[in-house]
Amino acid sequence: MTRDEAFFEFLLRMGDNTLILGHRVSEWCGHSPVLEEDIALANTALDLIGQTQMWLGLAGEIEGKGRSADDLAYLRDAWDFRNVLLVERPNGDFGQTIMRQFLFDAWHSLMLGRLMQSSDTRVAEIAAKASKEAAYHLERSADLVVRLGDGTAESHARMQAALDDHWPYTGELFLSDAADKAVAEAGLAPDPASLKEEWDEMVTRVLTEATLAIPEGAYVHKGGKAGTHTEHLGYILAQMQWLQRAYPGATW
Amino acid sequence: MYAQMVKSTGKGIKSREEMTDEERQFQDRVDADEKIEPKDWMPEGYRKTLIRQIGQHAHSEIVGQLPEGNWITRAPTLERKAILLAKVQDEAGHGLYLYCAAETLGVSRDELMEKLHSGDMKYSSIFNYPTLNWADIGAVGWLVDGAAIMNQVPLQRTSYGPYSRAMIRICKEESFHQRQGYDIMMKMAFGTEDQKKMAQDALNRFWYPSLMMFGPSDKDSVHSAQSMAWKIKINTNDELRQKFVDQTVPQAEYLGLTVPDENLKWNEETGHYEFTEPDWSEFFEVIKGNGPCNKERLGARVKAWEDGAWVRDGLMAHAEKKAAKVAAE
Amino acid sequence: MSTEWPLWEVFIRGQHGMSHRHVGSLHAPDAEMAIKNARDVYTRRNEGVSIWVVKAADIAASSPSDKGPLYEPSQSKVYRHPTFFDIPDDVGAM
Ligand SMILES: [Fe+2]
Ligand SMILES: [Fe+2]
Repeated sequence: MTRDEAFFEFLLRMGDNTLILGHRVSEWCGHSPVLEEDIALANTALDLIGQTQMWLGLAGEIEGKGRSADDLAYLRDAWDFRNVLLVERPNGDFGQTIMRQFLFDAWHSLMLGRLMQSSDTRVAEIAAKASKEAAYHLERSADLVVRLGDGTAESHARMQAALDDHWPYTGELFLSDAADKAVAEAGLAPDPASLKEEWDEMVTRVLTEATLAIPEGAYVHKGGKAGTHTEHLGYILAQMQWLQRAYPGATW
Repeated sequence: MYAQMVKSTGKGIKSREEMTDEERQFQDRVDADEKIEPKDWMPEGYRKTLIRQIGQHAHSEIVGQLPEGNWITRAPTLERKAILLAKVQDEAGHGLYLYCAAETLGVSRDELMEKLHSGDMKYSSIFNYPTLNWADIGAVGWLVDGAAIMNQVPLQRTSYGPYSRAMIRICKEESFHQRQGYDIMMKMAFGTEDQKKMAQDALNRFWYPSLMMFGPSDKDSVHSAQSMAWKIKINTNDELRQKFVDQTVPQAEYLGLTVPDENLKWNEETGHYEFTEPDWSEFFEVIKGNGPCNKERLGARVKAWEDGAWVRDGLMAHAEKKAAKVAAE
Repeated sequence: MSTEWPLWEVFIRGQHGMSHRHVGSLHAPDAEMAIKNARDVYTRRNEGVSIWVVKAADIAASSPSDKGPLYEPSQSKVYRHPTFFDIPDDVGAM
């Protein structure tokens, strides 16, 4: 794997994570528990879509085949998507959505913080902009996890169930493969494994305050980063890509 | 409009002789274009009519999220997705501003929500029509937001302060809504054959429902006369409908699309277009609940509200626990 | 039915050194969340603001200002502004 191939792979991972999570969060629009939350979730989704445009735009540049961010989002099949499985998991109830968001945000804010030191200035610039947004997402999702975890008996039970469901999907965020090692060596991005300790601390602190119990099992569901996804991604793409696929060459 | 057929409570306008001193003073203030604020004295009929009107307007904004929201996950480019999401999010904001304006009149948002869910309060007929192809998203922005703007711009001058301020904020946001819609229409109308077909299909389906948004003719309605005297309604329904047609027909021509009305023609003498009235029996059916999407729309709102109860309660419970802790310290 | 979230009045100071001004209201379970909600609801088109929230029930008397707040363009969400869309002159006012 050349440096640029690894770099491309890394950029797809960043961009696909935000693309798919942004897509999921946008599904809430018009259906949230309360208007204030509807608006807040849409802000999160908008930030993630904006970040997608930047990451996938740069990915297309590095690849050098003339593919735009839209080409990459709308014209790849599932096996070419590089997002972690966590972000494609269905929204479930509001608690599951917020828990998924929190577990991702905690990783995302750490990752973006480190990417601000990337040897590539383009990456550093995107990360600088995105990390401000991610910091706010984390502030909001962590706060909601605490409040709902330590709210009523029902909200507590739902948040615990959400945590139990998502937990086995968090490990993938910290797995390193050849591409990760190559970009880390080039100083482009941190080795994902190096974020684990800080993430554990942050997540433990918030979940403890939320009176939630961290699940025991150590099993890790993985595959997304390498293109082997859950069944859910196919449905997401069927919706998302439908117009582009049905009417090739049209401009919108 | 977003608030259609709002009935005032009185039996028509009182003459100055019939008015009490308070009523006369109130009417003088309205006539002098002074703003009425929440703590000011106001006739009970004014308050009740405003609650109905602002409440119905607010409901329309949030139910209005649904037909467009339904295309967010299918938007054809990342930019279109972001624009549409921002637009639909704005509508949630409009609902929020309006509910807050209604609350200054002594009704809570939850009460208004319950009235929407039970069917006691209505929302605009337009949102009971489906969005079937991507050009519908263009047509909704162009026609539906366009019609809404036509009504909302004059309402910025309405006599009730909080309503007026909400309208000012909303109007600033609405202009982007209509323009993004027309922008989609241009891409479609000047695009491939398939896209043109979608654009024409969208116009065909949304033309008459858009005309219905202004409500049936109210030139003889005592309710409208009272609302206009109170300046909570600024123009008659027919005036606004005519203005809408006059503005929209050239825009359709620019797109090379055909307005689905054989009788549409420019009248040199009046300086207005002549056009066919929408089918008002269809309008009344939709209002009654028999539109193509009434059940889905209301069902989606009720589901969101019920599914969200544990979240609202959980967050409230946490806040109370925290407050109790602080008090104990 | 459960208790409704209290109503909060929101005051925002823009970037121009003006004083805080009333921009509207919203619901939230407590002050901290009211501030977060205010950021999401009332600063969608501007940045760099300071937010105050006051429980509506705690206000003795107030007369909110007549004009709407100023919107500051947000660089990354230019599409929220009508001028982002090029509408031909032939089409008329929009
Ligand atoms: Fe609106
Ligand atoms: Fe709108």
